[in-house]
Amino acid sequence: MKETLIIAGFGGQGVLSMGKILAYSGVMQDYEVTWMPSYGPEMRGGTANVTVILSDRKISSPIAHEFDTAIILNQQSMEKFEPMVKPGGVLIYDTNGITRHPVREDISVYAIDATSECARMGQAKLFNTMILGGYLKVCPVVEMENVMIGLKKSLPERAWKMLSANEEAIRHGGEIIRKIR
Amino acid sequence: MAEKEVKLMKGNEVIAHAAIRYGCDGYFGYPITPQSEVMETLMELKPWETTGMVVLQAESEISSINMVYGGASAGKRVMTSSSSPGISLMAEGISYLAGAELPCLIINCQRGGPGLGTIQPSQGDYFQACKGGGHGDYRLIVLAPNSVQEMHDHVALAFDLAFKYRNPAMILADGAIGQMMEKVVLAPQRPRKTDEELRAECGSWAAQGKPATRGRNVVTSLELQSEKMEIINQRLQAKYEAMERDEVRYEAIDCDDADYVIVAFGSSARICSATVEMARAEGLKVGLLRPITLYPFPSKPIAELASRGVKGFLAAELNAGQMVEDVRLAVEGKAPVAHYGRQGGMLFNPDEVLEALKEKLIKK
Repeated sequence: MKETLIIAGFGGQGVLSMGKILAYSGVMQDYEVTWMPSYGPEMRGGTANVTVILSDRKISSPIAHEFDTAIILNQQSMEKFEPMVKPGGVLIYDTNGITRHPVREDISVYAIDATSECARMGQAKLFNTMILGGYLKVCPVVEMENVMIGLKKSLPERAWKMLSANEEAIRHGGEIIRKIR
Repeated sequence: MAEKEVKLMKGNEVIAHAAIRYGCDGYFGYPITPQSEVMETLMELKPWETTGMVVLQAESEISSINMVYGGASAGKRVMTSSSSPGISLMAEGISYLAGAELPCLIINCQRGGPGLGTIQPSQGDYFQACKGGGHGDYRLIVLAPNSVQEMHDHVALAFDLAFKYRNPAMILADGAIGQMMEKVVLAPQRPRKTDEELRAECGSWAAQGKPATRGRNVVTSLELQSEKMEIINQRLQAKYEAMERDEVRYEAIDCDDADYVIVAFGSSARICSATVEMARAEGLKVGLLRPITLYPFPSKPIAELASRGVKGFLAAELNAGQMVEDVRLAVEGKAPVAHYGRQGGMLFNPDEVLEALKEKLIKK
């Protein structure tokens, strides 16, 4: 098993945290993991992305030029990363703010309207775990019980009061993701 | 599944944990991207409340390195960390530490240069780390970790070697290794050395308070009599020769039957290990030689590969061609040596390195 994933969007969307939850879940499942962020001056509003690799073998390169899965959360990231999904791979995107939808026919494409769903619920902070839930529905690379441990481990203690809401968001994300092709 | 003691951490964070657990006495630093998490983590862990380790944010890199000089003069295990421009500011102090034969740990989490350059990863400080940086004929022990686990392990290794040779040691990492998270197993907590232990270990040279039983210990790099200074220089060189004889460390992946060998260190070596996998899948016999110590450099294993009939070497580095010079010196003209690099904070991809290998060596 080897899953090479990129999560890309705006800073402030929880892109890096989502990757961290997934990486911790992988650790709980005894996988080798790498979490390689874009880092820098980008804060809220700038671009942010993270490459997460989960594997049952030692991971050679922590960076990749093609991905099994891309989770794309803004238009710039769509331009940059849609071409980098492996043929037969998976592209998941939030439709909010996307002006040019994915065009490739040789990959599976899923949409998840997490931005609007979070806005409807008045829970913007659950955006990234909702996306994560959608991803795990499509690509169940880690057991849900390990995701819950990963979630707890990657959150600071002061945020543990939000654990059950995030668990619910993960579950709900799995319900609202839909296959485009 | 039962919870294990496996942590998920950034390379920079693990440096802090490893230092505390090793029994480090003091950290002196000044923040700079991409290594600020080292001091941030130390401040969060508050080791002064547990092991008694001092953590101090100095007013500048120049102060940091001179605080290291002070602590090391007393035989303490002290360290600093910075990134490229900050290390340049420390260069004078590093030369003085080497001249006064003071053991310490310096971490350079490299970013692109020259000047302020970029905050993204680079390996442009190879020359600075291995060939000088500061003035005078001196060497640092230079370690190049390629994973978060090695960032952890090299802290103990660097301190051990620094004290063995009474010489500053540097961990030459980069922004990619510093910012990346991986699994890591932390070492058990060791106690810091007691004053008695330090006197037993460093009493012959450290400034720990003069007992009536011996003369003064003077820690200095100054000697105005040329005859005496040359003897000091020769002693330093003898020490470096001993390091070159006994402390070379490297990893050879698929080199035994290789027609072509990539030489790469740190984050580049991680990327190039995937290049080797890709090449082998295509039926190309490619190996990777990864220097773990950049000084002392693994010249001998590279020379042996060249003598054995390797058809070409590719030094893949995130710079314009620095380590490649040491590869050429080791190969001594027995085979072509090419360089492939990216700069400015750009990383290369595994396939890009394979293309370069074909272009520069195989097709020729």
